[in-house]
Amino acid sequence: MPTPPDTAWYPVARSDDAPARHIFHGQLLSQELAVWRADDGFVNVWQNRCLHRGVRLTVGDNDGGELVCRYHGWRYANRSGGCTYIPAHPADAPAQTICNTVFPSVERFGLIWTTLGSDGEPPLVDTLEGASEFGLRPLPVNAPADVVLDHLGSYRFAPAGALTGDPAVRVAGIGDASIELVSTADGHESAAVFFVQPVDAARCVIRGVLAATPGEALAIPVLRHHNHRLSVLRDRIESSVVGHPPGASPAPAARADERSVVPADRAGLHHVRVGRRWDEADGIVGFALEPIEGQLPAFQPGAHIDVHLPNGLVRQYSLTNGPGQTRHYLLAVKREPQSSGGSSYLHESLAEGDELHVSAPRNNFPLRRDVTRTLLIAGGIGITPLVSMAHALSHAGLEHELHYFARGPEHLAFATEIDRLSTRLITHLGLSPEATGVALRTMVADPGPDTQIYVCGPGPLIQATRDAAAAAGWPDQAVHFEYFANPTVLDQSSSFEVSLARSALTVSVPAGRTILEVLRDHGIAVPASCQQGACGTCSTRVLEGEPAHQDVYLNDSEHRAGDAMMICVSRSHSDRLVLDI
Amino acid sequence: MSLTEVSAVCTDRVILDRWHPISALAETTPVPQRTQLLGAAIAHRRVGDPEPEVWLVDDAETPDAGPPLPVLVRYGYVWTSLGDPIDLFEIPEFDEPDRRRLNAGSIHVATSAPRAVENFLDLGHFPYVHTGLLGAEPHTEVTEYDVDIVDGEIWATRCQFFQPQAAQNASGGQMTQYTYRVPHPYCVLLYKSCAIDPTRRDTIGLFLQATSPETCRAHNFLCMVDEESTDTQLRRFQQLIFGQDKPILENQQPKRLPLDPRVETPIRADKSAITYRRWLTELGVRYAVVPAD
Ligand code: FES
Ligand SMILES: [Fe+2]
Repeated sequence: MPTPPDTAWYPVARSDDAPARHIFHGQLLSQELAVWRADDGFVNVWQNRCLHRGVRLTVGDNDGGELVCRYHGWRYANRSGGCTYIPAHPADAPAQTICNTVFPSVERFGLIWTTLGSDGEPPLVDTLEGASEFGLRPLPVNAPADVVLDHLGSYRFAPAGALTGDPAVRVAGIGDASIELVSTADGHESAAVFFVQPVDAARCVIRGVLAATPGEALAIPVLRHHNHRLSVLRDRIESSVVGHPPGASPAPAARADERSVVPADRAGLHHVRVGRRWDEADGIVGFALEPIEGQLPAFQPGAHIDVHLPNGLVRQYSLTNGPGQTRHYLLAVKREPQSSGGSSYLHESLAEGDELHVSAPRNNFPLRRDVTRTLLIAGGIGITPLVSMAHALSHAGLEHELHYFARGPEHLAFATEIDRLSTRLITHLGLSPEATGVALRTMVADPGPDTQIYVCGPGPLIQATRDAAAAAGWPDQAVHFEYFANPTVLDQSSSFEVSLARSALTVSVPAGRTILEVLRDHGIAVPASCQQGACGTCSTRVLEGEPAHQDVYLNDSEHRAGDAMMICVSRSHSDRLVLDI
Repeated sequence: MSLTEVSAVCTDRVILDRWHPISALAETTPVPQRTQLLGAAIAHRRVGDPEPEVWLVDDAETPDAGPPLPVLVRYGYVWTSLGDPIDLFEIPEFDEPDRRRLNAGSIHVATSAPRAVENFLDLGHFPYVHTGLLGAEPHTEVTEYDVDIVDGEIWATRCQFFQPQAAQNASGGQMTQYTYRVPHPYCVLLYKSCAIDPTRRDTIGLFLQATSPETCRAHNFLCMVDEESTDTQLRRFQQLIFGQDKPILENQQPKRLPLDPRVETPIRADKSAITYRRWLTELGVRYAVVPAD
C-alpha cells in the first residue's frame, strides 16, 4: 500500500483521552501535539511547544479556558491559541502575533482527528456512520504506516457473538490510512475499521473501531480477543521490519505556513455573523458574533473591536467575554440618544444571521493580575470591559469588587452573569452627582499597597474617580481608565509646525486641522481609530517640543512627561514639534 | 581515538580551548572514575595531593589509561580541556576566609549546557517553578534591569524579584536583589542579597560540563556568607531548587539553544538571555547550540 499523504486527516487520540482539565500528549508525523479539551467541550490540537522558550505544553496546566505554560505562566486561549497573558509584564497586552501553531480538530467515531494540512475533514466511513461504535485499545507498532496497513489486510478476528468460532474475514473497504474488515462465524457478523496513525516514519498506532458495541457481558471478552490477536499481528509486523533500520525520523512534517485557523481578509478584518441577539437590560442589546469560517483571534479582558457596520460606520465596542469563551465575541450596545447611526443601527437593524466585519481585538485597557486586590468601577454601559475583567479575576481566584453605577435597576446589565462569579458586586443606583462623588471618595479612601483601580463609564464619572483617587493619594499608575468618548471640548485654534524625524519632512498645521489630517494629506499613513483621543491607536513619540494634550487616553503623569501624544486631537504649545515618525 | 579525532567530536575551537569542570575535587577517588566531556570519554583519579590525573579514554579495552589531559584545580572543582585552554575566570569572593564553599551536587540533565545557563539567568519562572521559595503568584512582574558586557563577560545588574520568604525567619515577602554574571559560555554565577549580612552577597554558581551537545552535568557551586546552616542544609536547599528546574529543562525543545532570535519569542524580561544568545553568536560558539546562520 502506498504511504498515506502527510496532509491527510489522522486520529491522534481517543475522545476520552481528553477529559476536562487534562492535557494529552500525542504525536503525528514527528509533530508532537498537546491535545486538550476546554470546559466548553472544544478539543484543541496544538503544537506541543510554548512559543516563549520551547517548553512542552503538555507539562503545563489546562485551566478549562486556557492552557498555561509551566515555565513562565504564559496563557494561551482556547480555539485560536493566541497568547492572552504574559505574567512577567502584567501591564502589557501580548502582541496579537504571539499565537501558537494550532491544527484543526474534529471528533468522530470516538476519536480525535487532526491534520497537518489545511483542508478537508476526517474520512467518512459508512459502516461507522450512525453506529454505536466501540473503540478498541490503541496499539503502538514499531513499523512504518504503509507496512502496517499491508499487514492489517491479513488480520483475523472473530465476530462478537462467536469469539471461539472459526471466522471468515474479508476486506470490505480500503481508505488512505484505514482498512475495513468484516468477520463472520456461526451466523454472527462484526465489522471493524482500523485506522493507522503514523507517529513518525518508523512508528504508528493502530486504532480499531467496531461498528457495534457488544452487549455488556461481551465487552471485556471482545476487548481481550482483539488485544490478543492484535498483539500477535504486531509481533509479526515488527519481526518483518527487523533488519530494515527505521532510519532517523524525518524532520517534522512541513506545515503549510499560510494556513491559519484565524482567517482574516486583506484589510485584517474578520468576517462574522450575528449568532444571537438579546435584550440585556433596558436600552441595552447584547450580540454574539461568531466566525463564518475558522476561529476568532484571541482577546484579553479590557479589549475592544472595531465593528464595521453595513451602513459604512465603524464603531468600537468592548468585549464582555470571559477567558476561554472563544466561540464568539460578545458585545453589549446601549442605544445612544444622539446616535449618528451607530448604536441606532445596531438596535434597529442588526438581526440574527446578519453578516459583518470586525477588526482583531485591541487592548488599551489591559488588566494587571499581579496585585492582591482590584477595584472595578463602572458607570452605565461602561460595565462592558469590566465584566470581562471580573470573569478573568474570578477565574484566577483574585480578590476584586465591582462598583456599578446606574440610573435604576432596569438599567443593570449582566446581573445574573456576575452573580455566578466570585465578584463582590456593589450597585449604586440613581445617585446625584454629589452622592456619586461621596460614594467614590469612600470607595477609594484607602490606597492599598497592592491594589489597582479600573474605571470605565461617562467622562464625568471617570474624572470624578481620578480626582478622588488622586486626593486620597493613589499613584497615577494604579488608576486605569477607559473613555468611550472624549468629553473634552477640543480647541483647534493654534497653528504650529511639525517635523517628522524619520521621514525628514516638516509640515505646518493650520488652525482648524489636526496633525493626523495634515500628515494624511502628505501621504503619511499613521494608524488611528477613534480619532477623538480616546483609543490610543495614534499614540506618537514626541522627540522635541511641548505637546498641548487634549486626549483622555494618557494619564496625568504621562501628560506631564510630554514624550508621547495622540496626534488625532492634541496640538502644540511650542511653535514646533518633532515627532518620531 | 587520538586527540585530533576528539576534535572531530567537538570541532568548536571556542569550546575546545576552554577549561571545563568535570568533578568536585572532594568527590575524586583513587579509583578511576569515568565521565564524558564534549562527546569524548574521559576519566580521572586522585593521586595524592594536589592535582588529580585526567586522561582521555581512547581505547575501551583499557579505560584506566590513555593520553593525559591538562588539569586545573579551582573553586573546589577539577577542570580539564580538550584543547589549548585560555585562562579560567576569577571569582574573588572565593578567597574570602569566612565563606562557606561547597559543591551542592553534580546533577545530570538531559539538555544542552546553554539551556541550563539560560534557565539560571531567568527570574520570570520563580513563581511558577520555585513556588513559595523564590517566588509566588500573583507577584510575577520582572522589572527592568541592566545588561552589559564588561571585559568580555555578561553582567546583568539591578535585577530584583519578589521573594515570599527570603530567609528562614523572615515573615512576609520582600524584593530580593540579584546580579548575574556569565564569564564562560557554559558557566554562570549569581550574587544575591545576603539574608544575614546586608553588606555582602552570597555567590552561587552553575558550572556546566557539556557531556554531549544535548546533555550536561550541572555542578552547583556555593560560596555563601552563612554561619548558621549546616552543609547538608545548604546542599538540600540548592538541590531542591535545581530539582525543580530539571524537569522543565528536560522538556525544552529543541535541546540545543537556538541562537536565531526568531526561533523563540523573547520579551523584555529576557534581556539577559537575549544578550547571552548574541554573545554566543559573537564568540562563534557552535557546540550545543543551533547557530543563527
Ligand atoms: S517557556 Fe512557556 S512561558 Fe516561558
Ligand atoms: Fe530555576
